[in-house]
Amino acid sequence: MDILSLFVIVPIITVLALIFAKNLKQSRIVALIGMAIQFAMSINLIFAYLKERAVNTDIMVFTKDALWFQNFNIHYSIGVDAISVVMIALTSTVVLAGIFISWKINDLPKEFFVSLITLASGVFGFFISTDLFTMFVFYEIAVIPMYLLIGIWGSGPKENSAMKLTLMLMGASAVLSVGILGIYFNSNADGGPLTFNIFQIASVNIPVAAQNIFFPLVFIGFAVIGALFPFHTWSPSGHASAPTAVSMLHAGVLMKLGGYGIFRIAMYLLPLGALNWSNFFLILASFGVIYGAFGAIMQKDLKYINAYASVSHLSLVLFALLMINKIAWTGAIIQSLSHGLLTALFFALIGMVYGRTHTRELSKLGGLMKIFPFIGAFYVITGLAYLGLPGFSGFVAEMNVFVGAFQHPDMFHRILTVIVVSSIVVTSVYVLRMVGKIMMGPLTNQEHAKLPKATWYEKVGLVLLMIPVVIIGVMPLGLSEMLKASIQPFLERLL
Amino acid sequence: MNLESLLLMRSEIGLLAIIILLIIFEIFSNKKQKAAIIPFALILLAINTIIGFLPLDSGELFGGMFRTNALLYFFKTTLSLGVLILLLQSADWLKEKVVAENKATEFIVLILSSLLGTYFMISAGDFLMFYIGLELTTLPVAALVAYETYKRKSAEGAVKYILSSALASGASLFGISLLYATTGTIYFEAMAEILASSNLAILGMIFFFSGLAFKISLVPFHFWTADVYEGAPINVASYLSVISKGAAVVILMIILFTVFKPLIPVWTKIVYIVIIATMFVGNLFALRQQNMKRFLAYSSITQAGFILLGLLSIDQLGTATIIYFVAIYIFSNLGAFGVVQAISTASNKENMDDYEGLYRTNPKLSLVMMLALFSLAGIPPLAGFFGKFFLYAAAASKGYYIMVFIAVVNATIALYYYLLVVRAMFLRKSDHPIPYFKSGNYMRLGLLIAAIGILVIGMYSPIYEYIYSFSNVFLN
Repeated sequence: MDILSLFVIVPIITVLALIFAKNLKQSRIVALIGMAIQFAMSINLIFAYLKERAVNTDIMVFTKDALWFQNFNIHYSIGVDAISVVMIALTSTVVLAGIFISWKINDLPKEFFVSLITLASGVFGFFISTDLFTMFVFYEIAVIPMYLLIGIWGSGPKENSAMKLTLMLMGASAVLSVGILGIYFNSNADGGPLTFNIFQIASVNIPVAAQNIFFPLVFIGFAVIGALFPFHTWSPSGHASAPTAVSMLHAGVLMKLGGYGIFRIAMYLLPLGALNWSNFFLILASFGVIYGAFGAIMQKDLKYINAYASVSHLSLVLFALLMINKIAWTGAIIQSLSHGLLTALFFALIGMVYGRTHTRELSKLGGLMKIFPFIGAFYVITGLAYLGLPGFSGFVAEMNVFVGAFQHPDMFHRILTVIVVSSIVVTSVYVLRMVGKIMMGPLTNQEHAKLPKATWYEKVGLVLLMIPVVIIGVMPLGLSEMLKASIQPFLERLL
Repeated sequence: MNLESLLLMRSEIGLLAIIILLIIFEIFSNKKQKAAIIPFALILLAINTIIGFLPLDSGELFGGMFRTNALLYFFKTTLSLGVLILLLQSADWLKEKVVAENKATEFIVLILSSLLGTYFMISAGDFLMFYIGLELTTLPVAALVAYETYKRKSAEGAVKYILSSALASGASLFGISLLYATTGTIYFEAMAEILASSNLAILGMIFFFSGLAFKISLVPFHFWTADVYEGAPINVASYLSVISKGAAVVILMIILFTVFKPLIPVWTKIVYIVIIATMFVGNLFALRQQNMKRFLAYSSITQAGFILLGLLSIDQLGTATIIYFVAIYIFSNLGAFGVVQAISTASNKENMDDYEGLYRTNPKLSLVMMLALFSLAGIPPLAGFFGKFFLYAAAASKGYYIMVFIAVVNATIALYYYLLVVRAMFLRKSDHPIPYFKSGNYMRLGLLIAAIGILVIGMYSPIYEYIYSFSNVFLN
């Protein structure tokens, strides 16, 4: 068995094993073992990748290819470059932390872990695929369990949020499927066979008229899950209603499929379409950054604040991708990672606060630092990392994005960059206000004084997420060098 | 012609033998033995289905009236398997409610006669044989719809069905007579050579098409569907939506691809409009249905719209995908109808509200239902996803991207109402959920086969490749 397929097979085995679990204890142990193996494999993959990269200069390494549907030339073909490797590492970290955070889930625990890990298997499969069809299959597998996860274990108007989220994401993937078929039926433009293989399509000159039609379909198909304005509306309500681990996984990982897909498919396979459309989508993405930031200021519910902040930060990823240069793209990928970890941290912390106080209203919380200092301290650190304090991953990401974006010599891009940079200030406003209000200051509700401190599993989950944030923040060079080498072949198509 | 060549009709002869054996059994059995008809019929049909997996030559009989080839033979076996699942799912209902009234044999014989009709219909080599097959398919079902004679809705459904079928058959027959008037033949192959695009020929084709459109319940010929499904016993509704519809789709495809080849520019336009109308109307009506039978009726109208997408490509890809999708559709719909049947037999409940909290009391049934609905909605890795994606591909291969776009929009709308059922079963908690019950072994076997089909047909690619390999028989 090759090193990559295991990333799909281990979750499937875990799900099958979970079917035999009888209660919460057995389910979480099985889930934990499965995802711990997954986590260990992803750490191993990073080192294996670095070792392989030293001797192998192909775009993708650890490739494997098996014919699936002969008549359509569909293959199960897999491979990774630096970008997929770091995304896989991010996913396994967040999933593992999510298992710890859901340690005490008591309603239908087995089904919860089954859905969560099914979702994870879709995400892993998506990141290792190099065949459009296989990738699309995994993408939809990753989206649909969300309906059950939010609908059954969520809170608030969970049924509506779950329905809205599922329909918008599946609608987007439906649009995406038209785009994929468009690419597929144009992949013989140079006289070769029809193919779904990404790298074979990349060597074909798809006619520019077709690119102009199919680029927006593919872009929007992916951008909806990446919370592009005005298709972001599923995100705040979905995140607010979802249970903690699901918000973490969704904002932390699932929304990254959007940026990744745009990078890997939309821009790589339809470069001329991308160049023609980039300005239009750039305006939408810039608007999303500002809109999300101001939206977060206006919210009073902790989860909504974080959800709007995610819209803002993920629009920044799209913004950076549309800037089409190496530094901005490196920034985009680091931003994906950084946001994935930080937003997962935030959602985990909000979940802990909510689990204790049973409210997420900003006005009803205050002075919690003294009650549970461990959670409080993490809240502050996460907040600071989120607004881009040097020494944490957020700073590295935003620095790269903005430096890259400002390298464009023309007025249009520079003005947009200046506008978007201003969102940093807004971000500081809502983060500092939120952290200051709920952690510092006087205790607003005396009932809260008796609340329990953080438990061991909560601490493990938080620390697990914080370690990579600090590593990226302190030693960004290794990561960005690793990413830059992999970005190069993708960037060349657009220059 | 010799006796050996009659073996080309192996499936038909086998089925006819079963029917006769069942009737003999009915005559010579006493009251206590009546219940044994169910396992007896199931075993015979299972044997006939298994024989269907053995290869068979292609050829013609009776001067070209009857023909068979790998594609038709495969499809007959699929239909036979479908009916086998259907009978397995009906066994409990038959045992509890029908045997006592001494009507079980009739039920099985009527269903098998209708199946025999579909065999002759799709194997037809001329319009006469086609018409006989069509009638043989329809008439037994009309009796079956009225099976629960004590229910008013059942009788109402039967009258609606027989009237609209008679009208549809009449329209078809009129179309055939016009075609005969222009070409002077009723043989498919001879007609394909002579037929030219004339007004009379087009008119004939349109009448013929509308007759079949009734059977497939395409918009605007769909009005009977929901009422008849609601009135009929669940397994009969299931038969109508799965077997009779599937067979009608296949013969429509064959005739459009072969006989009406000269009229391709005309009928693609008609099909294009009909697809859009069918998908939208089916979807919009399905949105607000409460009764599960009506719900599945409208959902199956929408599915028919999707199936026709494959007609637009007029090549091997389209043929293979239609056969493939219909096979998948048979398993998915039988899964859904099977669960409705099980619940209705156990608790007499058929409304979506009654399903609330079902997962907490009957998890396995809910899971089968979810698999079936997700397969109908086209969610990977279930079979329906592959079927639908390949149908999109078939339409896109001829450049119908706008059509594909409309189809995916409809797929998303459809997902909404499939999720409504999932919502009721999984998300909701009810004060009065359907209590836990244990279905009979036949039902469980029937649901199990359907679930395995849903899981396997999609991901296991050799099935598609096998279908593709013989899908060029009607294209030359």
